[in-house]
This record gives sequence, structure tokens and C-alpha cells, in this order.
Amino acid sequence: IRFILLQNRQGKTRLAKYYIPLEDSEKHKLEFEVHRLVVNRDPKFTNFVEFRTHKVIYRRYAGLFFSLCVDITDNELVYLESIHLFVEILDHFFSNVCELDLVFNFQKVYLILDEFILAGELQETSKKAIIERMGELERQE
Amino acid sequence: MIRSIRACKTAADERAVVAKECAVLRNAFRDNDQDYRHRNVAKLMFIHMLGYPTHFGQMECIKLIAAGSFPEKRIGYLGLMLLVDERQEVLMLVTNSLKNDLNHSNQFIVGLALCALGNICTAEMARDLALEVEKLLHNNNSYIRKKAALCSLRIVRKVPDLIDYVMVPATSLLTDKHHGVLISGVKLCTELCQVSEVAVQHYRKVCTAHVMSLIRVLKNLVVSGYAPEYDVNGITDPFLQIRLLRLLGLLGKGDPETSDNMSDILAQVATNTEGSKNAGNAILYECVQTIMSIETIGGLRVLAINILGRFLANRDNNIRYVALNTLVKVVSVDTQAVQRHRTTIVECVKDSDISIQRRALELICALVNVSNVKTLTKELIDYLKVSDPEFKGDLTAKISSLVQRFSPNKQWYIDQMILLMIEAGKYVTPDVTRALVVVISNASELQGYTVRALYRVFQAWNGQESLGQVTIWCIGEYGEMLVDHLNEVEGEEPLTVTESDAVDIVETVLKDTRVSSDTLAFCLTALLKLSSRFSHCADHIKALIFEYKGSVVLELQQRAIEFGSILSKHTDIKAALLERMPVLDEATYYSAKQVEMGVDGNQTATSEPHSNGHVAQPNGLAKHLAPENSLIDLLSFLPDEQPSAPDKSPDDSLLGSLGINTLAGSDIMTSPVHPSSSGGANMLLELLSLGSSPAALPVASSQESAASVQPPSLKSSLLDVQPPFAIHKGSSLTQDVLGGQPHKSPTSNADPFANLNSLSMPVASGENAAHTSIVAMQTNGLKITFEFTKPAGSPQTTIIRATHTNLSSSPYTDYLFQAAVPKFMQLQLEPASSNFLPANGDGFITQIIKATNNMHGQKAIVMKLRVSFKSNGQNNLEQAQVNNFPAGL
Repeated sequence: IRFILLQNRQGKTRLAKYYIPLEDSEKHKLEFEVHRLVVNRDPKFTNFVEFRTHKVIYRRYAGLFFSLCVDITDNELVYLESIHLFVEILDHFFSNVCELDLVFNFQKVYLILDEFILAGELQETSKKAIIERMGELERQE
Repeated sequence: MIRSIRACKTAADERAVVAKECAVLRNAFRDNDQDYRHRNVAKLMFIHMLGYPTHFGQMECIKLIAAGSFPEKRIGYLGLMLLVDERQEVLMLVTNSLKNDLNHSNQFIVGLALCALGNICTAEMARDLALEVEKLLHNNNSYIRKKAALCSLRIVRKVPDLIDYVMVPATSLLTDKHHGVLISGVKLCTELCQVSEVAVQHYRKVCTAHVMSLIRVLKNLVVSGYAPEYDVNGITDPFLQIRLLRLLGLLGKGDPETSDNMSDILAQVATNTEGSKNAGNAILYECVQTIMSIETIGGLRVLAINILGRFLANRDNNIRYVALNTLVKVVSVDTQAVQRHRTTIVECVKDSDISIQRRALELICALVNVSNVKTLTKELIDYLKVSDPEFKGDLTAKISSLVQRFSPNKQWYIDQMILLMIEAGKYVTPDVTRALVVVISNASELQGYTVRALYRVFQAWNGQESLGQVTIWCIGEYGEMLVDHLNEVEGEEPLTVTESDAVDIVETVLKDTRVSSDTLAFCLTALLKLSSRFSHCADHIKALIFEYKGSVVLELQQRAIEFGSILSKHTDIKAALLERMPVLDEATYYSAKQVEMGVDGNQTATSEPHSNGHVAQPNGLAKHLAPENSLIDLLSFLPDEQPSAPDKSPDDSLLGSLGINTLAGSDIMTSPVHPSSSGGANMLLELLSLGSSPAALPVASSQESAASVQPPSLKSSLLDVQPPFAIHKGSSLTQDVLGGQPHKSPTSNADPFANLNSLSMPVASGENAAHTSIVAMQTNGLKITFEFTKPAGSPQTTIIRATHTNLSSSPYTDYLFQAAVPKFMQLQLEPASSNFLPANGDGFITQIIKATNNMHGQKAIVMKLRVSFKSNGQNNLEQAQVNNFPAGL
């Protein structure tokens, strides 16, 4: 995975995590382009779009777009599945997640993401393990 | 703060709030506020996410990391990962903190440090901290182990040299029970295998046992019952399964034994996984990829392709997409199997989703072959009618390349191209139209058919540039076939067209505001050509051409003026000038194209090698000398992009082409004898001298340069032009001139005349024959033999002594011998010994020809001969091609 973006329909970035080094200006351009690419697609269309030399795999949950940028040779379906898993984890953690949860607890979202994906690779596939881990971490504070 | 930012209605408000917050934060940082530091950094991260600069906060993160408590460290690392990227030097300062934290007794702090390291590790950090991470790979805590595994992954990516540290510990991860560790470990091994071939060997050799254990793990996953923790829609941990499959694929690649070991489990996965949900399909998809990458037996492949077939039939676009994507890769391995799904794939091209369209189109192009090109092209062209404008360009390019590569016959090719131009005329590139014109020009039996077909579809013309150009070109060249129904093809509808109808077509285009000046230039040339064939419309055509004399486009104006002068002043040569173009040489065209595009073997299949390269221009000979520009432009249709007139300065080109006419005109004024014919002849001579020896003669510079960029075929056609003009030399003046009396010619023309003389009429002087002599030409009344000598020291040059003998019963007068050679040769004809040839072999004429072969040793000499003479008061003309020259000339 090269980067993960969470954007709402207006193109506001709610979460951005890059696993490749990029300049800030480059990041903004990218976020803008991905948003434009993803937002106009019909729900019947595939969840995969070719983007520059890579592929963007996106999934829409209500007003939020979860986009992953992966290599062209990667298995698209499994990343699509992992987006879903991530959303389920968020849903569990915030019990019925909505966009506002993500805005006000953005640092927690990042922490969950760090438990889920590390160095651009899936780290843990068990929803239960991640939730428990988050609980332990919270208790530490 | 977040609340206040969210309350902002406009971007300006937001900026104001952020600026204020930043100021507060700066103050806080400066005052070294301990208590609220982590909250401040959190604010900073939010500001960063909104896209504002936050560089001033980086140091705060580092301070937080260095602090003792977990919450502070946590925010500090998070801030570090977000605000700092790996290229910034600040990171140097963190290395030590990281080292301490990696050795910390608290597993959570170690976890934090590993996490940060995994996300922002630099090459230096990788070197410094590799040992610590390696130690953690053996940690008892599975939480630490999995993080350490992914950290090592990052380290290896940054510094591949460190691979030795992790190879052995990574192996032990593969036997781990914990899924998180396992998935990280498998990923790490996969990465190692991708980075280094050594690793692949290592895993194969040392770990045959491990391959088995991987297989066992996979098997357990596949057959195991319900495992709530890892369950996704009834499938146990698809993520891990996919990782395992991928690693197996890497290990099995190029190794039959390992592949053999895993084929059972692959078959099991492929058959047991349920494909109704996305997770299941993901596994199947990965399984197919693995099967394709390892060395498998046919049975497994068939299974895999069947899975893809099922995917294709799926209603979910995602699944169809991956199926297409994989089929593109598979098609080279097993075309037959993919062909079965052809109809489905064609349907996919018509999908509304651009991702699917693209993939499907790519796949179709890989599938097309000679046997199915007709049906597939029909499908694609049908679809072209309804497709999105943005997709049309792609589609058109693909269709035209398919048609070019696989067309079973020319008529079909022409039909398809016409259809294509109707549907998507503006997307057809000039390259494609050129290729089409070359094909038309080579298919002499289809020219009539083509021009009529074009005429028919042109009734519905709607501004398509390419269709316009091709139609106009064809009408110009083959206009008379439109009117007199030559070469009807079976099944063709009869069509009645009058001459003025044809001219009207050209006029419509000429008057259309949508077309470019290029197309207008095509129109003018076509009109000029039609003028000689459609005598009824000549006046109308003239009027049309004259309209453009004032055109603001230089090219058009120039053409109009040149053509106008041809029409009005030089009616005697017009017919010859405006004959059909020589057949465009396919071989040259395609070879030029291949040089341009890199060799594409398939293209030669359609090009028919031309027997004698550019030397042989079988029929028709180019007689459009006329303004040389028009010839160039006509040909600029053709392969090489020649500089067309606008590139030259107007002065030059006028001097180069029309200047000749005016020059000739002024000579007419001063010359006392036969003004008109001598004027014509002057011009001819001048043009002749230009055409026949562009390399040898210093002539008007513009033409020289134009000539030097022309492709070989053009050159030779110019060379071939020479003979027909000789026929026009009816006037006594020219005959005299050609007869070897240059002094009679007007002084202003001395140069070209002299040149011409030196070219064609030199006097003979004896030479010894060193090579066997040949009979160059023998007809029922005439025999020409060649004897060869080679001057010492210049192997390229051959001196040919031609001996002409009259075998008939009547003497020949006004005997004139001419020769032409291809571009790689130069020719010098010395004057003949006489122009009278007595009857019954009672005497002979000798003439010395000096031929220089610039490609000596590579190409043999070839020559074209033409002889004109009078016998019994009748003009006779003989020509022949000589290619039986002895070897070694």
C-alpha cells in the first residue's frame, strides 16, 4: 500500500497516511486528483481505478470514500476486503461510527490504523485482537 | 479548536482561525509548556491535516518522544509519523530515543517505537537499528514479533544489504501459531524472495519442510471450520490465505519439484473456496495467479482458466475487472482457452465503466487473429457508434491497427477503413490515412471500387477530416473511374455520376468551414488533376482554383497560383503533368514506417515486397513534374514528413518552381523561333535537369533541398519523368539543342542546357572491354550491346560502351538514346557518335556511359533505357530495363 486516504464527498481529507515519502504540495495534489477520480464514479462501476502508474482501490461508506493506492500487480479484491475490515474495526471501536467521530478523534483513528497496517502491509487481520489492543493502550493513558 | 474550525463558513474564516491557533501554539512551544504539550501537538496534527504548514512543531514531537510517560510518547510518535517525513534531518535526533524505546521493558512502548520505525525508517536508521529489530523478532510477545517482522520488511526495503540479518529469523516466523505474526512473517518472506534470488534458493532448499508447513497451514485454513476471530463471510482469514498463496507462487516459479508439491493444495483451494462473496473470490483470484506463475501441469491451468471464465460471467464488475486483467496476462500462454470467452469479452468492451472498457479492449486486441478479425472488427465498429467520445480515440486507434495487421484482403481493408472514417473520422490519425492511400494506390483493380464507395458515403459527409482527405485524394487520382464505371467489383451497386458531380464534391469540401488548410490543399490538387480529365468542367475548376489566389494561407495561395499558371499557360504539357501518380511503393512505405516505429514483424505481412525496390515503377510513370511542390505535397501523404512549401521562404519556392515558368516565359519573348514550344521545352529542360541529377547539378537551392529529402520512390519517379518529356521535344530548336549544339540556345538557359547535354548526348571515345559484354536491349529492329571497362583505382565507376545496331530494313533518323538509374547511382552520358543509324546492321552508333555505383558491392547496377527514333517518317519509341549486368560492377 502506498497511501491511504479518507475523504468526504466534498473532498475534505479526513485521514491521510502515506507510506512513501512525498512533498506536502505533492500530497495535496494527489488527494485532489484521487478525489476527483473517485467521486464521480457510478456505484455500479468497479472499485478499482488506474491512477498514474498505480491503482486506486476505493470503497464508499455513506459520504466517506476510503481509498487505497496499491501496486498494479497487487490483488485488488483482498484490499477491497481489507477496507471493509478497517471500517468494521472503526465501527466497533466507536460503536456505530460516523464522520464526526473520525473528525474529533482523528488521532485515535490513526492509532487504529497503525495497529492494522504497518509499513504499508497488513499487520493484523483479527478485528478482536485490534480492539482489545486498543483497549489496553487506552488504559495505559 | 476543531469545533471552531468546523464552524467556519468560508475558507477565509478558516484560515484566520488556523493562523490564530498557530500563533498560540508557537507561543506555547516557546514557553516550553510541559503540561499541555501533547494536546498542542495533537492540535498541530489536525492543522497539518487541513493542509497548513506545521514545520515549527517538529521539535515538539521529538521532545515528547524523549519524555518518560506513555501517553506523551504516544502522541509524540504519532506526530512524528505525520508531521515529519523520512527525508528530513530532524529524524537523526530521534534515532537514539528509538533505540532506547526498542529496548524498553514496557511492551507497549516497544510497540510504539517499532510502529514509528516501520513507518518512517530511513536508510541510516535501518543500519543503526537493524540489530535491535532482529532481536525483537525472537521476542516472546506475539504483538512485538509481528511488528518487528514488518519493521524488518521496511528495513530490507530501505537497505537490501541487511537481508542476511533477517533471513533466518524470518524462517522461524513461518511456523508461528499467531495469525498476525504469521501474516507478517509470510509477507516478510515474500518480500525477501522478491528482493533476492538467494532468499528464494534458501527457502526452497533449507525449507522444503517449510513449504510443506506453509501448505499445511493453508490446508488448515481451507478445511477448518468456523473460527470466529478471523472469519470473513464464512471464510477463515482470507488475508492470510492470499499471502500464503502469493509466497507459494514465488517459491514455485521455475521450480517443478516445489510446484508439484503444492499443486494438490492449489487444486483444493480452487475447488473448495466458495465464490459467492468477495473474500472467496479474492482467494480464487490469487489462487489463479499462483497457478499461472508456477510450473504446473495442464489440468490445473484449465481449472484456473475456468475460474476466470466464471468470473467473467459474474455480474459484479469488480470480479469481471480482475478476470479481464488476469486474462490479459494469460492470453499469451493459452490463447485457445481465452478465445472461448470471446463474446463475453466483447460485451465487456461495451461496459459503461472505463476501467473495464480499457481492460477488455486490451484483451480483445491480444485475441484478434486472421480468422476472427472480421467478426471482431464488425463488433468494434458497431460499438464505436455508441461509445463515449473520450473512449473513441483509443478505440479507433486499436481498430485501425487491427485492421491493418490482420486484414484478409484489400477490399475488406478499404471497406473497414471507410466505415471507421465515417464513424470516427476525427480520431483517425494521418498515419492511418497514409497507409490507406498507399494500399489504395497499390490495389489497381480496386481503385474504381474505392472511389465509388467513397463517393457514396461522402453524401453523408459531416466534416470528418480524414474521410475528406482520402475521398478528395481518390477523386483527384481516380476521378474518371467514378464517371465511367471502370473495374466494377462484383455485387457493387451501380452508380451514376457526372463529371460535374465529382467536381461538386470537391467544391463542397473546399467551401466547408470546418476543414483545415491541409485538406484544402488536397482539394486544390485534386481539382487540378480533374481539370485534365473532365474537359467539360475545366472552366469551373479554373474559377475554383483562382478563388484561392488571394488566400491568406501561403501554401494555398502558392498552389492556386502555380496551378493557375499550369492551367492557363502550359496546356500543352498539362495532360502529361497531371497523369495519375505512380504507384506508391508499399515496401518503401512500410520499411520507413518500421524504422520509425521499431520493427513490427506483423506489418511486413501486409506489405508486398516490390520486386525491384524503387527502380521499377511499372506503369504510368510520374508525369506531374509540374510545380515540383505539388509533387512533394502529393507525396507528403507518404511516409516521410517532407518539408512542404510553407517551410521554405516564398521567394525560394517561387524561384524553384514557378520561377522556371516565368524564366521560360521571358525567353519566349526574346527567342525568335517557335516561341511557345521552345518555352515549353525550356521549362522541361530545366525541370529535367533538376529531376534527373539532383545530386550532381547545382540547381535552385530550394529544389535541391526538397529533392534531397524525398524518399527513394519519389526520386526514381522523377528520374522516370525524363523520358516522356523527350517526346514533347517536337520543335526543331530543342532537337538541335539535344543534338549537341548548345551554342544555339538562349544564353540565359545555357546552364541547364549544358547540363542536359552532358547528361544525354556526349561523344564517344574508345575504351577496352574488360568484362563480358551483354545485350542490353533487343527488339525486332534494334539491338544495343554494352561493353564494360573499369578505370583503375575507382571500383565504383564503370564505363559502359553502348553499341547500337539497326537490324531493320529502313534507316533510323533522329536517333536518341537515354538512360536512367536509381538514386544510389550516378550516370553520365557522353554524346553519341551520330544520330543516324543505317539499315540492315550496316553501321552503328556508339555512345559512352559513365555509371558510378555509390553502393558498389551492395547493390547491382540497374538501368532503364529509352530510345526514340524516326523510321519511315514515323516516330518510334522503345524502352527496356536492364538488370542483367555482370556481377561486380
